[in-house]
Amino acid sequence: MLERLFSLLPELWVALGQTLTMLGIGMLAAVLLGGPLGVLLFLVGRGQSLHNRPAALLLGWLVNTVRSFPFIILLVALVPVTRLIAGTSIGPLAASVPLSLAAVAYFARLVEQNLREVPKGVIEAAHAMGASETQIVVRVLLVEARAGLVLALTVLTISFLSYSAVAGVVGGGGIGDLAIRYGYYRFETDVMVFTVAVLIVLVQTIQFSGTRLARRLDRR
Amino acid sequence: MMKPPLIELRHVGKTFTVAHGDAFHALRDVSLRIEQGAVFGLVGKSGAGKSTLLRTINLLERPDRGSVTVDGRELTALGKRELRAARQNIGMIFQQFNLLQNASVFDNVAFPLRLHAARAAQGTARVHECLALVGLSHKAHSYPAQLSGGQQQRVAIARALASRPAVLLCDEPTSALDPDTTRALLDTLRHINRELGVTIVIVSHSLPVLGAICDRVAVIEDGAVVEQFALNDTASPRKTALGRELAWHRREQATWEEALHA
Repeated sequence: MLERLFSLLPELWVALGQTLTMLGIGMLAAVLLGGPLGVLLFLVGRGQSLHNRPAALLLGWLVNTVRSFPFIILLVALVPVTRLIAGTSIGPLAASVPLSLAAVAYFARLVEQNLREVPKGVIEAAHAMGASETQIVVRVLLVEARAGLVLALTVLTISFLSYSAVAGVVGGGGIGDLAIRYGYYRFETDVMVFTVAVLIVLVQTIQFSGTRLARRLDRR
Repeated sequence: MMKPPLIELRHVGKTFTVAHGDAFHALRDVSLRIEQGAVFGLVGKSGAGKSTLLRTINLLERPDRGSVTVDGRELTALGKRELRAARQNIGMIFQQFNLLQNASVFDNVAFPLRLHAARAAQGTARVHECLALVGLSHKAHSYPAQLSGGQQQRVAIARALASRPAVLLCDEPTSALDPDTTRALLDTLRHINRELGVTIVIVSHSLPVLGAICDRVAVIEDGAVVEQFALNDTASPRKTALGRELAWHRREQATWEEALHA
């Protein structure tokens, strides 16, 4: 059995690389696009300084709509867009497109929720000192919510490690796909157990690092 | 000609829409003049509008009607950018301190200086100066969660004074503190008023606090100023129950201090 697993190693390395590619692109998109979207979602919300009901409704509706799709359906529905952006509709890069979209919407919501936890009085004090909206976002909201934001990103990364398994449908590959192809379709239980073990180690590592970083950032 | 007051509110009104579209008149046609160098108290029952009134002075609450002028600038006529600049001249402290929990004491006090590029250069020296003023130089590298309530409020005072404001607004500054800490904090405020000439406007529901520190008070009832008087003026009669009670606290305070110094 060890021999069989050993012979599978090259494929496992490739799969690991594919998983990390998809996760890396997805999480980068989540932070770079979903982060600002979440901040905007918070600022136009009720009782905040840029309160704007139509904008809040529109953004909220967009985020909810993306999050309504079961991931496998989003993956397929988005194929034309994927072809436009990635130049192809198969492979890990292609799978990263729907993964990113889902991650952006998910993270935006998590960011909004975390910013809501910042005490209103602290924001008000910054206004009283003459801070601009941008300064309040960068120097108050992100500073005070940073531990929660790291934990949110941790949750997101682990969820999307799971989502990326579905990417096999469009030839995205990855560890989850390896488990499905060998373990599920070919009834090779040992391979399935092994890949799941790899995933467990990954998840534990991500959670451990996230929790640790969040604790170090939190001075409250 | 009379010197213009440092703070002048003219016919200020503010109406909130509450549940079912009903209107709540938080402030009704309030006019108020506060002289430079004064310690001015706003007193009233909860819900009377004293906090709302205080918050109109730096436009945290923008009035629907009337004008607010501070240090010769009509704030209600300013654009967003000009208002932000004008707010550097008005420090504020709060009941819940409202410090950044994830920033050190030093960074909290430096916060208002870093907002404006022009002041950032003189930052470090000014931060230490302000911390020394409130007696917390040794806590520069601590975080707010490691400090007592009284110490946190001192950091808030240092932060409010960093940009050298002419006015310090205090919204229930001692309500979260115990009596001993309250007394020490009031001493600090009095010191700031006398030594730095900072005009102080203070809202408190505590009559002993107001009696101890204010030169003048305005009694707010139902969103209007119903009476204002100098605390040293014991000759003229008081119109309101709160006014009479405050005069009594002032006399008590005086006898107590006399006994202490005898």
